[in-house]
Parts: sequence; structure tokens; C-alpha cells
Amino acid sequence: MRHDVTLRVNGVQTDDTVESRQLLVHYLRDTLGLTGTHVGCDSSNCGACTVLLDGLAVKSCTVFTAAADGTDVLTVEGLASDGEMSPVQEGFRQCHGLQCGYCTPGMLMSATGLLLDVPEPDSDEIRTGLEGNLCRCTGYQMIVESVSWAVEHGGVGAAARSHADRAAAAGLR
Amino acid sequence: MYDVPLRTPERPGRLGRRPRRPGRLMASMVGATVVRKEDPALLTGRGRFVDDIQLPGTAYLAYVRSPHAHATITSIDSTEAAGMPGVLGVWSGDDLQGLPNCRSIPGMERPCLAPGTVRFVGEPVVVVVATDRYRAADAAAAVVVDYEPLPALCTIEQAMAAGAAPIVPGTASNVVMDQPLTEDDAEAELAAAPHRSTLRIRNQRLAAVPIEPGGCVATWEGGTLTLYATVQAPHPVRNELAVMFGLPQHQTRVVAPDVGGGFGAKASFYPEFILTAELSRRLSRPIKYIETRSENLVSMTHGRAQVQDLDIGYDDEGRLLALRVAIVQDVGAWPDPTGTGLPTLTVFMSGGCYKIGKIAASFRSVATNTTPIAAYRGAGRPEAAFLIERVIDLVADELGLDPVDVRRRNYVQPEEMPFATQWPGIIYDESDYPGLLDALLSHLDYDGLKAEAAQRRDDPSRPLLGIGFSTFVEMGGFGPSPLFEQFGYIGGWESSTVRMNPDGSVVISVGTSPHGQGHETAFAQIASDALGGVPMERITVLHGDTQTVQEGIGTMGSRGIPVCGPAVQKSSDGVRRKLIRIAAHMLEASEDDIQQDGETFSVLGTPGSEVSLAEVALTAYKPHKLPEGMDIGLQVMEYYEPTNLSYPSGAHACVVEVDRQTGRVTIVRYVAVDDCGTVINPLTARGQVEGGLAQGIAQALLEEVVYDADGQPITSTLVDYAVPGAPDIPAMETHHFETKTSFNPLGAKGLGESGATAGPQAVVNAVVDALSHLGVRNLDMPMTPFKIWTAMRAAQQEIDQEATT
Repeated sequence: MRHDVTLRVNGVQTDDTVESRQLLVHYLRDTLGLTGTHVGCDSSNCGACTVLLDGLAVKSCTVFTAAADGTDVLTVEGLASDGEMSPVQEGFRQCHGLQCGYCTPGMLMSATGLLLDVPEPDSDEIRTGLEGNLCRCTGYQMIVESVSWAVEHGGVGAAARSHADRAAAAGLR
Repeated sequence: MYDVPLRTPERPGRLGRRPRRPGRLMASMVGATVVRKEDPALLTGRGRFVDDIQLPGTAYLAYVRSPHAHATITSIDSTEAAGMPGVLGVWSGDDLQGLPNCRSIPGMERPCLAPGTVRFVGEPVVVVVATDRYRAADAAAAVVVDYEPLPALCTIEQAMAAGAAPIVPGTASNVVMDQPLTEDDAEAELAAAPHRSTLRIRNQRLAAVPIEPGGCVATWEGGTLTLYATVQAPHPVRNELAVMFGLPQHQTRVVAPDVGGGFGAKASFYPEFILTAELSRRLSRPIKYIETRSENLVSMTHGRAQVQDLDIGYDDEGRLLALRVAIVQDVGAWPDPTGTGLPTLTVFMSGGCYKIGKIAASFRSVATNTTPIAAYRGAGRPEAAFLIERVIDLVADELGLDPVDVRRRNYVQPEEMPFATQWPGIIYDESDYPGLLDALLSHLDYDGLKAEAAQRRDDPSRPLLGIGFSTFVEMGGFGPSPLFEQFGYIGGWESSTVRMNPDGSVVISVGTSPHGQGHETAFAQIASDALGGVPMERITVLHGDTQTVQEGIGTMGSRGIPVCGPAVQKSSDGVRRKLIRIAAHMLEASEDDIQQDGETFSVLGTPGSEVSLAEVALTAYKPHKLPEGMDIGLQVMEYYEPTNLSYPSGAHACVVEVDRQTGRVTIVRYVAVDDCGTVINPLTARGQVEGGLAQGIAQALLEEVVYDADGQPITSTLVDYAVPGAPDIPAMETHHFETKTSFNPLGAKGLGESGATAGPQAVVNAVVDALSHLGVRNLDMPMTPFKIWTAMRAAQQEIDQEATT
């Protein structure tokens, strides 16, 4: 069965017809060409596919595109604003919070989601907040420091803030 | 086996000798904390991993994999699958007769699809190609394969039992390699030692789990095959594919784009490289294969999987007089050339940092009905470091000595470096093992911790405390060529081409193929210095494409900085010599009087007489303006062959709490002091240590690939295989202690595998220390709460029993 869907992805409205079973991550990657969102497992454990959906960090491998009809999605490609990386992105760069970069988009989105909920987390809260995202390269400490850096340098950034504000205005957050 | 004629350096002590750099004024980039050049793309979703490559007309390959550990295939019915929408074809091994096998030990090559018999759960049996990944998966699910199960031999004990049928076709026994590495078994020395102990160590099977699973895309354009693949070594894959398809190497292109972690497992050769290439040829369209994580956990090579029987002879002071090491290496169902070589590396490093009177060693590589074993971060050396560091603690425990004192009594001393071990060609470079231990202790209040641990023992309301040490040495900088040849590589050198453009910016291509290590940054740092201070932002580093990069080997064995670094330095030096000569010509001065301040050349003592780097670079492309006889351009390619392996070392300590009621371990402190020689970038160096340690700590506490009695893997998803998350890994304290190696001109030893090599025994020694008053002498990894609780309870029952009798 096929469904007509309308989403807002990184501020741009998309209209498509999709199969019932298509996962949101495949819609983002294969249909929209937003390949920054990655797939790292098939059991919702790794978090590489994390995006913000109506202001909440979700694993886009566990959402059907059809079920995401009408939602507002922010992916890693939409985190920067005006060519300027968000504080979370910049924090990962400053604190070496990434190595191979494969888990990184999901980490950034989860960290952004965490900071939307808990603007000033301590390191334990950061670790717990990122529990659903696996990184095999860094050993996590430098990721924790990256998120702390973002907290000290403006938090989630303008793009994620306006995404969350839209969700709040719609009563979704 | 590895009787390697390695060169000994001419003389010790000429540490980190570097070429003369006339008139260089800028601060050094080598050693500077620099954020990575790689990051902006990766942080904004602009990375390019293999599944991001979307060629027009791409079709998708899916496997039908064996659900049995060992079985005969009795029938394959693909009628329904072949008729499903979007399906372009279904092939079994019989349909692809004549397809080349994957590389292995001659006579044990693995066919791409199981040939009549399946030998491990997850072995590919049938391959399906369809127009999209969903349809390919549907069709694979519709293929019906019938099997007649055979006895599954999933443990080395089962595989070596009398009468066990050989798993690998054409072999007489499951012991596929049986190798004494010394002439005798040191029985005389062991028998003569005042004390003698034995220890059996199981270094459990692990999965590498790079967060990007395996995958590739094959396409043919004209007569040229291109394979985009998530691999650590594109050139060797090219060499092998060219032979397999009868192609010349210039028509075989392998590209490793951004690679999402490898950890050794992406240095192996996988059937999909051949299958996507062959089916792309047959179907005349690009074919992509991306494994799922569940497939990855049974398909990508596993690591470790050794059992070691140790016999130790020592004196009253804890000096090691003799050591016998007998290793059984599980190699899985299809012996991999790296996997079968692992125990050799373990033996070479089995003496650790210590002078041991005599080591006797032997190993057996045993085939089992399990996923093949190959390299995993450290590949053979973590198994060695674990065994010798456990031996030291065992000896200390037996004699009632402090494990720190026992370590000190056995160390090879700094003045003995380079130190020739008893193994031909295995010569430790400059290190200071006692100095490393001192540095470590300066960060620990060891006496205070010991007092605290003693107090805790008598206070049942508080968790037990344990302190564990790991003072290790491992191998980095693989080659040199005579050694690396034996792992199937054409050489152990590395390569670099430095090209300065006419505007003074620089493009460097390197033969290594990084996957998270930060080579683009580190090599730019080395080149920036060697080019006299060209700014980092004016340098781009390319890698991973056999068609555009000169010959290369790849990234594994902690070789990026120690082997490719000197190649980058040499080729940059060549360009700089040319720049100086041209600048001198332009300024009508002697080359010796030319000073360079980043992008400006001037003449010493002649103010105002200067020329910019861009002007010099442009002149290099104007032959009529060059010094007489000088070649056009600014491009230099250099190879670098290391004189020997390098030997990164370190001293680590772990402090743990063990919960008395549950056996749960909490790491209270983890302190690491590492000696990787010259540190290029402290930021990325820290990342390498911490990332490796996370894997080492996870080996100690969490991770194990487990099979049930029928050979079914019960850890085949990330629900079951315990890759640690952020709450599972402690904050670590990392420090560097720099002893430059004389084995390469950078003085760098490599660092990628140190953490994974050092970590496990630091944690295990700490937990055994916490429980030693109960009589616990050893614990197998992973030390799950249940395992520790069981050991504590058994020990306590024994104590209680003794008290009542």
C-alpha cells in the first residue's frame, strides 16, 4: 500500500508517495538524499539514525515515513544556520568528540534533543542522555566534554531552537 | 614461521633525528593541539560513506545466510524469489562455478557462497539482486534452502576431540596449523625454578562492531572495475581483485570513501567484494551490498578467541625465570591469513616489558563452526599483554609481594634499549618502563589506595576496592616489508606525494587509508613543519583511491604515523628544498641565507629582500624563470620503509569498586600514561587512547561473542552483544611520556592499539586484587556481575567450610 505524505524537513516542505513499510531513515537518505543520517543497526540500539521529529530526538529507523506524515523533521544537515555550525557541532569539533564520524550525526541530534530538554546537564546527565547512541571510536569522555562545551557556548543553536519552538507552538512539546 | 631478517638500528640513542631545516622561524605544528580538518564535513552530514554513494541504476544485493552451524545443503528452491517484482536474479554457489575464492592460506580458500556444506551460522548460501533494498530482502526471505544438519563443532575442545570430522575441505584435522616456536619446552628451567605456577587464560571472542557495518558498491565502466568499499586497505583489495578477475591493476579501482570505523575487521577480504563485482559485470549495472547489523555480527570477522596455557617458573623475589606459553587459537570456519598469524604476534610479545630467562612457546590454530577470526584492534598483542600482566600479578599474589615491586624487578632497563628479545628480529626500541611506572604512580596515591582497600575489606557496609596495574609494550609501525609480506601485503612501506600548487597551497596524497584516526590533520601538521610553516588551512590530504593515490598499503597495525608520517616528511622535505632553491634564485642570494617565515621567504641580513611563497610556487611552474637545470613543478613522491617495528608502551592503573551483594564493578579511576614516542597532535592522541581503552574496558567487563551448544550465535544483535554506551565507560585520565624511537625519523611509535592492549588486564588485575583476600586468583573475561558474584560466593563458602572443619 502507498501513502501520500507531506513533511517539513529542515524547513523545506516535501510531498511524496511512499510504501507503507518504508522507514523514515530510508526516506531521508534515499528519497531526499539527506545521507547525513546513518543506519548502524537493525534493533534501534545504535542511534546513528537519530533526528529531531517535532522537537524530540527519535530514531528514524523505528518510524515509518507514513507515520511521520505531517511532522517537522530536523536532520544533521539542518543543524547549522547561515553556514555557521551550531554550538553542539562546534563543541564536537573543539573537543574531538568524533573520530570516524559515522555515529556523529545521531550523537549531535541526540545531544541537541537532550539540551532542548535539559539545558544545563551535568556529565552524568549527558552520559545518561546519550545512552541510546553508540560510539565505537571515542570512549565517550570527549563527547561528554563536547556537549558541555555547547552548553557553555549557547546551547542548541538557532536552527534547533526554532524547530523546537515550532513544535511547542503546535502543542507538540 | 616468521623468521624475519630485520635490521637493528645503527646505534641507540640518536633519537628522533630530523633533517636540517634551514632558517625556519614558525612554531612547530607537530605536537600542537589542532582541531581536525576532517570534522566540518562529518559534522554537517557531508561525509561520504559507502552507502551514501548512489550511482544511477544501482541494484541491491542481499544474502540468504546459513541458519545452521554445520550442515549439508540438500536443496535450494529459488523459483518464488526469482519471480518476485524487481528481482534481477538469484544465484547459488553452483550457479557461480568458476567464481574466484576469497584469499586465505593456500588450500583453505573460502568460496564466496557455501559450496554444498555450510560451516557457520551466517555463511552466505544464496545471493539475490533486486532493484531496491526492500525487494532484495523480500526475495532473499523467499528462497527455500533445505539442510541436513551435521554435528556442530563450535568449541576448540569439540573441534580437537578424537574423531572430530575436519571442517575445512581438504584438511585432515581441525588443527590447521600446529607450530612449535621454540626448540624445547623449557621444562628443565621450569623444574629448576624455586617456584612454579600454572594459569589458563581465555581471551574471549570479540566482535569489532564498527558503527558503519560492512558494505560495497561495484560498477564497471568500459573494462574498468570500480569497487567502493568500506575497507582499511584499498590497494591490497585492488591487487587481489585484479588477480581474481584477471584484470590489470590500472583497470581495477578500489575506493575507500569515508570509512565508519574498522578496528582491524575491515582489513579482511569479504565475499561481497567478488560477488558485487561479478554480478555488476553480468547485469551491467552498479550493485550495492550493505550488511545489516545482525549480518555484521555473524559475517564480519571476529577477534581474539585464544586459550593460553601458561607455566611459570620464578624465584623468591618474583623474578621470572622461565615461561611456557601454549596457545590454542580458534580461527573459525574458514582460516583467515591474519587470523592464523595472530598467535605468532602473541608469542613475540609474550615477554612484555620484562626480561624472562627463557620463553618456550607453541601454538595451534583450530578450525571451528564459527565466524572466521582475524584482526581486532591490537590483533595478537592484547592477548600477549593480558597474559604476561596476569602472570606478574599471579606471581606477586603467590609470593605475597606487591605487584608493583614484581614489575620493577623484571623490567628491561632503559639503558638496555634497543633490546633484542629472544625472538629473531623482535627488538624493542627506546622506552623507559620503570620511568613510565614512576610517572603513573605520581598520579596515584598508591599507598593511600592500598590502605583504603584494606579498610574496606573489614567494613561489610562498603564495596570492596581493588587496584590493578598494566605496564605493557606492544608492536606498532607495521612493516617492515619482510614481516608484512607474511600477512599477505606486498610490502610494509608507506607512501606520500606532496604537490604544491602554483598559489602555494598543498595537496598531499597518502597510501594509508584512515577511518577515524585523523590522518588528514596529523599529516598536514607534519607537512606544515617540513614545508617551513605552510599554514594548515593551506594543506589538503587525500587518500583511499587506488586510481588517484600512488601505491600504498593501508591503515592497520598502528602504522599511520610511524610509517606514513616519515613518508610525508620526506616528500615535504623534497618540495621545501626546491622552494628554497627557487627563492634563492629569485632573491639572488645563497640558499644558506634564505629564511622562511610561513609564507614569506627573505634573505638573512638583508631587510626588505623577500618573496612570497605563492610567488616562489608560481615560479616553479615557469621553466624559463627557474635555476638552470631545475625540473618544472613542485611535486615529490617518497616511499618510506621502516627499519623495524616500533614498540609503543605504557603504564596504566585501574581502581575498581566491587559491590559485595551483586558483584557489579564500578571503575573509580582509570589512569593511563602512554609512550607513543613523538605525539603529533595531543587532541587526537587522547582520542586514540580513550577509544582503545573503552574497547579494552568493555572486553574486561562486557563483551563476548557467545555461541550455544548447537553453534547458534546468541549475541547476533546489538541487543545481545554488549557494546558499551556512555554510562558504561568511565572518565579516563590520560598522560603522555615521550621517549622518541630511533627506528624512524619522526620518533613516533604509533598509538592506535595501545588502549585496547592495555585496558583489559588493568581492570581484571584490579578486580582480582579486590577479591584476592577471599582466595580468588583468576577471573575470566568478561567479568559480568554474575561471574564475580559466583566467584565471591564460592570463595566465601570455601572459607566458611574451612572455618567449620
